[in-house]
Amino acid sequence: MNDYNFAYLDEGTKRMIRRAILKAVAVPGYQVPFASREMPMPYGWGTGGVQVTAACLRPDDRLKVIDQGADDTTNAVSIRKFFQRTARVATTERTGDATIIQTRHRIPEAPLSEGQILVYQVPIPEPLRFLEPRETETRRMHALQEYGLMHLKLYEDIARHGEIATSYAYPVQVSGRYVMDPSPIPKFDNPKLSNCPALQLFGAGREQRIYAVPPYTQVISLDFEDHPFVATKAPHACDLCGDDGSYLDEVITDDAGRRMFICSDTDHCNSRRAAGHVGALTGDAA
Amino acid sequence: MTNSAPDRALSGGFSDMPVEAAQGFRSVLDALSRPGSIVRLNGATPPAPMSPAAGAVALVLLDNTTPLYLAPGHDTPALCAWIAFHTGAPLVSAETAMFALGTWPALQPVSRFAIGTADYPDRAATLIVETDRLDSSGGRLHGPGIETSARLSLPEIAAFRANHARFPLGFDTLFTCGDRLAGLPRSTQVESD
Amino acid sequence: MYVAVKGGERAIDNAHAFLAEARRGDPTVPELTVPQIREQMALAVARVMAEGSLYDADLAALAIKQARGDLIEAIFLIRAYRTTLPRFGSSRPVDTGTMAVVRRVSATFKDVPGGQVLGPTFDYTHRLLDFALAAEGAPPKAPKAETLGPMPRVGEHLDREGLIEPEPAPDPACAPPPPDLTRTPLELPAERALRLQALARGDEGFLLSLAYSSQRGYGRTHPFVGELRIGEVMVEVEIPELGLTIALGSITVTECETVNQFTGSKTQPAQFTRGYGLVMGHSERKAIAMSLVDRALRWQELGEESTGAPVQDAEFVLMHADNIQATGFLEHIKLPHYVDFQSELELVRRLRAAAHDHESKQVPEGQEAAE
Repeated sequence: MNDYNFAYLDEGTKRMIRRAILKAVAVPGYQVPFASREMPMPYGWGTGGVQVTAACLRPDDRLKVIDQGADDTTNAVSIRKFFQRTARVATTERTGDATIIQTRHRIPEAPLSEGQILVYQVPIPEPLRFLEPRETETRRMHALQEYGLMHLKLYEDIARHGEIATSYAYPVQVSGRYVMDPSPIPKFDNPKLSNCPALQLFGAGREQRIYAVPPYTQVISLDFEDHPFVATKAPHACDLCGDDGSYLDEVITDDAGRRMFICSDTDHCNSRRAAGHVGALTGDAA
Repeated sequence: MTNSAPDRALSGGFSDMPVEAAQGFRSVLDALSRPGSIVRLNGATPPAPMSPAAGAVALVLLDNTTPLYLAPGHDTPALCAWIAFHTGAPLVSAETAMFALGTWPALQPVSRFAIGTADYPDRAATLIVETDRLDSSGGRLHGPGIETSARLSLPEIAAFRANHARFPLGFDTLFTCGDRLAGLPRSTQVESD
Repeated sequence: MYVAVKGGERAIDNAHAFLAEARRGDPTVPELTVPQIREQMALAVARVMAEGSLYDADLAALAIKQARGDLIEAIFLIRAYRTTLPRFGSSRPVDTGTMAVVRRVSATFKDVPGGQVLGPTFDYTHRLLDFALAAEGAPPKAPKAETLGPMPRVGEHLDREGLIEPEPAPDPACAPPPPDLTRTPLELPAERALRLQALARGDEGFLLSLAYSSQRGYGRTHPFVGELRIGEVMVEVEIPELGLTIALGSITVTECETVNQFTGSKTQPAQFTRGYGLVMGHSERKAIAMSLVDRALRWQELGEESTGAPVQDAEFVLMHADNIQATGFLEHIKLPHYVDFQSELELVRRLRAAAHDHESKQVPEGQEAAE
């Protein structure tokens, strides 16, 4: 096969995606239908995020790709390679150096800044889907701003478990209007969605939807006055860099079930360690 | 010596489409996601009276799937030919347009333009409004994309207030002036103070 | 120190090399050629063309070779390639009435004008393994029939008597072009043209099971195969600027039209109704299944009752018919999900701890002291 167009997609497809992105920005949290294309990677593996990134990339961008917060997980490596090959853009693992960050399941720990774009890969964009499987129904519920079903579900959780039993893909309301699925990020990350200086774009390829949270937009995690939303994480500090405020991966280290906790955001952890921070197990590793 | 009309229609496009379109889009995206900010948009030299910024918007966003309305003053044969050659966008009435181009007075009444439906608010028009003046003074803006507040020289306040009042329905606006562009999505609240 | 599944780049390269080796298999066995697959695995090639939505037997054969015979993987390769191709225009609707037929049968009449033409069918083969095929050798020559002329469709005979619902008359002058599933996102409820598009590229297995479920009573529509025909049709495009119609070539298609019982409604007298299936390539099972599903999905238009059967639920059928979407989403759950799993772990631990606290508080004081 010959050379690909810049960023793989043909210009007509990019125009179509770009128009959808602009409408998504104009109506924060509303899912804009778009004619998602088949990509050379499977649906469910980030085709929505990849199409959004491809439509946004400029040759002078510095792209960062993370999966589970890590730059070196296999799917992140695969997507980064795809854009190196088809768009010849520079890549980086440093959150602060990136102009576009494509992510699956995490928001970086380092605060984002104006001018950055965070592109989320989204498997199921419809926050009401697990309560109502029909698109025709959920579309009507959004149109009428009829979100009682969602509140009922959360309230039933409290009645049964004493707390809201949703730990990731925790639903939010954007700018007081649309209820939105923030993609399967842990609810620990939800507060970072709100009033973020960066533009946040969400792409769901298989489900053919694009949505957006513009910079400095209020994003509220749904809750109740007597059961306010709480962002939670494992009650530990990172065993490598000592940070007790970052989201942690739990790693089983031997057959006896011993475990360690390490930052899920690899760039965050590496930067702290480079700056001299140590964790409980850093000494042993030498 | 001026070029003949057909020559003018063929020139004035991007010299490197994929790259310039990508750069142009990011400027438009930046403008629309940060209402009140003013960006530069170069690379297009359409026939008068279309501004270079509006020309670049056309090259970035229009094609044969995007019906376009040209308001009086912008519906010149030279401009029609340029748009036809560079974008292929079908020219239509205001009511059925996905994009509309013209000065603010020429686009009136703006109540004609599509504002989307409750089920599909995205099916709303984008107005490309050519202005003589574009700066950070005048109407006060609040809302998504704006940290505290911003100001933008709007041609009037009432129409944009009314447009926001219908949110999530409403049209979205790009203001162009020379090679500069600002965005005003329907999500922005506008005050006269 | 333990490192999670990381350091991906080299692992990925190595996996790809291993895959290439595994695909080739034992190198002492001669390698399959693309023409061999195209000629001798023709029905697999047909399925990949139909569900890949690209009529190119050589590319389909190549995809099957590259995918190690995994047809869904091969369909995926074709789809990903197809989506990069430029689009020059739309063809005129193919006219299956002028088809050069290789097979044509009707179950509704003992004989029909043009005759019952069995063609190359498995239908009456006894399914006994033919060990002679394990050895090489030329098959016996099949006798040649005289060339068959165009055959009128069976439905037309019923149409003349007004016994079957009329087909909507095509009006090429003013009809809007049908929507294109691959260019505009699916919008529900979907009109029939869009439903048929989705079914034509839908998964054969999914359609088979849905059609079967309708036969067993879940949304039953009493179908008879009015006609099943397979053969070549011309594909033509109009060039309006030149006032010309140009023939691009011919493709093989399989068409099935079912005749279904319809006892009438308040507004309509009893009349037979139609279900329709059209699939690229020789793909009989798929075409029949498609026509049953199409008919079942028309319940609203025909004023029938919904029994809540899956096959009557257009949203359910259309949203789940595409095997490339389905397999991608299904298989993506093998990607790392440890961040979300971690948040679930914490939640379950917290809920268990809370439940434990609650229980121990309910224990009578005396017992607690004794422990």
